[in-house]
Amino acid sequence: MKKIEAIIRHFKLEEVKDALTQAGAHGMTVTEVRGFGRQKGQKEQYRGAEYVVDFLPKVKLEVIVSDSDKAKIVDTILMTARTGQIGDGKIFISHVSESIRIRTGESDESSI
Amino acid sequence: MLARMRYWGLATTAMLLCCSNSVFAEETAAPAAAPAFDTGNVAWMLTSSALVLMMTAPGLALFYGGLVRKKNILSVFMQCLFLMGLMSVIWAVYGFSLSFGGTSPYIGNFDHVLLKDILPTAPGVWPAQGTTGIPKALFMAFQGMFFIITPALICGAFAERMKFSTMCVFMILWGTFVYCPIAHWVWADTGWLCEWNTAAPYRAIDFAGGTVVHITSGISALVCCLIMGKRLGFGQEPMPPHNLTYTAVGAAMLWMGWFGFNGGSAVGSNALAVNGMVSTHFAAAAGLITWAGLEWIQRGKASVLGACSGAVAGLVLITPGSGTVTAMWAMVLAVIGTCVCYWACTTLKSKMKYDDSLDAFGVHGVGGITGALLTGVFATEMVTNPGRKLGGIDGNWAQLVPQAVSVAAAIGIAVVGTTVILKILDATMGLRVTQDDEVQGLDVTQHGEEGYIFY
Amino acid sequence: MKKIEAVIRHFKLEEVKNALTAANIVGMTVTEVRGFGRQRGHKEQYRGAEYTVDFLPKLKVELVVNDEEVEKAVKIIIESARTGKVGDGKIFITPIDEVVRIRTGETGSTAI
Repeated sequence: MKKIEAIIRHFKLEEVKDALTQAGAHGMTVTEVRGFGRQKGQKEQYRGAEYVVDFLPKVKLEVIVSDSDKAKIVDTILMTARTGQIGDGKIFISHVSESIRIRTGESDESSI
Repeated sequence: MLARMRYWGLATTAMLLCCSNSVFAEETAAPAAAPAFDTGNVAWMLTSSALVLMMTAPGLALFYGGLVRKKNILSVFMQCLFLMGLMSVIWAVYGFSLSFGGTSPYIGNFDHVLLKDILPTAPGVWPAQGTTGIPKALFMAFQGMFFIITPALICGAFAERMKFSTMCVFMILWGTFVYCPIAHWVWADTGWLCEWNTAAPYRAIDFAGGTVVHITSGISALVCCLIMGKRLGFGQEPMPPHNLTYTAVGAAMLWMGWFGFNGGSAVGSNALAVNGMVSTHFAAAAGLITWAGLEWIQRGKASVLGACSGAVAGLVLITPGSGTVTAMWAMVLAVIGTCVCYWACTTLKSKMKYDDSLDAFGVHGVGGITGALLTGVFATEMVTNPGRKLGGIDGNWAQLVPQAVSVAAAIGIAVVGTTVILKILDATMGLRVTQDDEVQGLDVTQHGEEGYIFY
Repeated sequence: MKKIEAVIRHFKLEEVKNALTAANIVGMTVTEVRGFGRQRGHKEQYRGAEYTVDFLPKLKVELVVNDEEVEKAVKIIIESARTGKVGDGKIFITPIDEVVRIRTGETGSTAI
């Protein structure tokens, strides 16, 4: 199993979610995060006090998939989350050794 | 405020004639009848009192609360709420008496301690407030609301770092030794700065509290942040407002509440109150677009905080002149004054490097001073003083002298009073929370609660 | 590639970010989290009902770096996030299989 973590733009969330559901993802976890990569922060001024806000708001989407679904899910995110502008975000893929459904105790792929 | 009620002699007589039937009817029913009160005046002053209370909380609490970091939101709300309790009790016990009692030019006395002769003196007998047509108790309550909001304004300067216990003691002493005397100087009939005291050496125009409320609180705020020092990490860590939505809601409530603050200072439901409300409204409007416009020109965007700050600056600026400056001139006054406040909050503060957390000095101190002086320019006989040349536009530039004297007096008592009180408290109780507590936030360390709890 | 997850104190974020950026480690995601380790929670009272708040607010900083940069990044975080008092936080390191930049579709080290 793999965990796919995608940092994406807020307004892309609905589109990505719909596409992922169609592609067979059964669930996902979404967190509001802030971060930066290549995208420059923005300047904010409060009564003359200026702050460079490096941490821009993004959405982090986490989905656990079977190894065989990985490529399809990553492609789906790439296609739907992309605008072509700096700040589209990143995808991190890591290995998950086990997953357990709390209600039933079933583990592995059936619990995804 | 009181003596503006000269007119009211006439109005009251008229009213008494109109209502004589019912008055006599009551007298036959109850032999110890109270003086007849003017229902219009009473209704407006009841409304105004409620409006001014609303300025402190939720108005000011939201306005200030949104500007701090989220670990300190409750501490700001608590400062405002607690002062509603604390200052009210002191006002009833001796504050009102010390402000409005007696006939000395300099300080009140203890004639009205525990509201003696303010509350009913016999069953159903309510002492009247001069010729205003309202009971003394209502006048006392209205003035009490000012005794709450004035110290609450200072909280903006030491937000996010002052010990709660010390703040309570500070406010009791500040109210007693700074507010009560200056309220007496400016608003008691015999005060040495009172506009309607013909025997006063300097008849300064301060209709609703430019000197008494805004200069004293604003200057005390500056003294507070100078003596207490900066917040930990000031200048290195970002400290942007945590919720400008609150601030915007708070600013809107302040605007509305100010109609009671200035309109109610007429102590009646009359033309003076109308001018108080109308001038106030248009000054706030002009202040808002001035501040936001300056930002728009300087940095390409008009900010929400800028719009809120401008509106409040406009309100502060017109406060002393809201009984004598007409709406058109009020806008001119607000535009000039808001530029000064804008400069103080953006340029002066960063040059002088003091940490006035929420710009209590930049808006209230600077706005109060500018407003008091400009009142000497724009006050006119047109409002309710036919035949009495008031300000520069009436040709009476000499009015700037009493205005300047009242400004200097307010600055003087605020600087001396606040410095002495803070030095004493610093030596005895300590002014600031510990560094650890400041890092953790005042909500948890001072009150054991969180504004945005996890569950 | 490795993901470094550091749970740190709020007011240390700026320092950590600046130290990492100065060392050319650019990009990170920050989440507001609550948790506890050795640091004891505090008691809060609401109308006499007392709660022990064990979950204290912290910030979780996540960054993905090449294997050879892990040591340097961890050292920088430790140095900049440390106060020496209980509650400084923890660092967790996990392997990442793959990184994709959404805008371009690049993968591997260049996508970091």
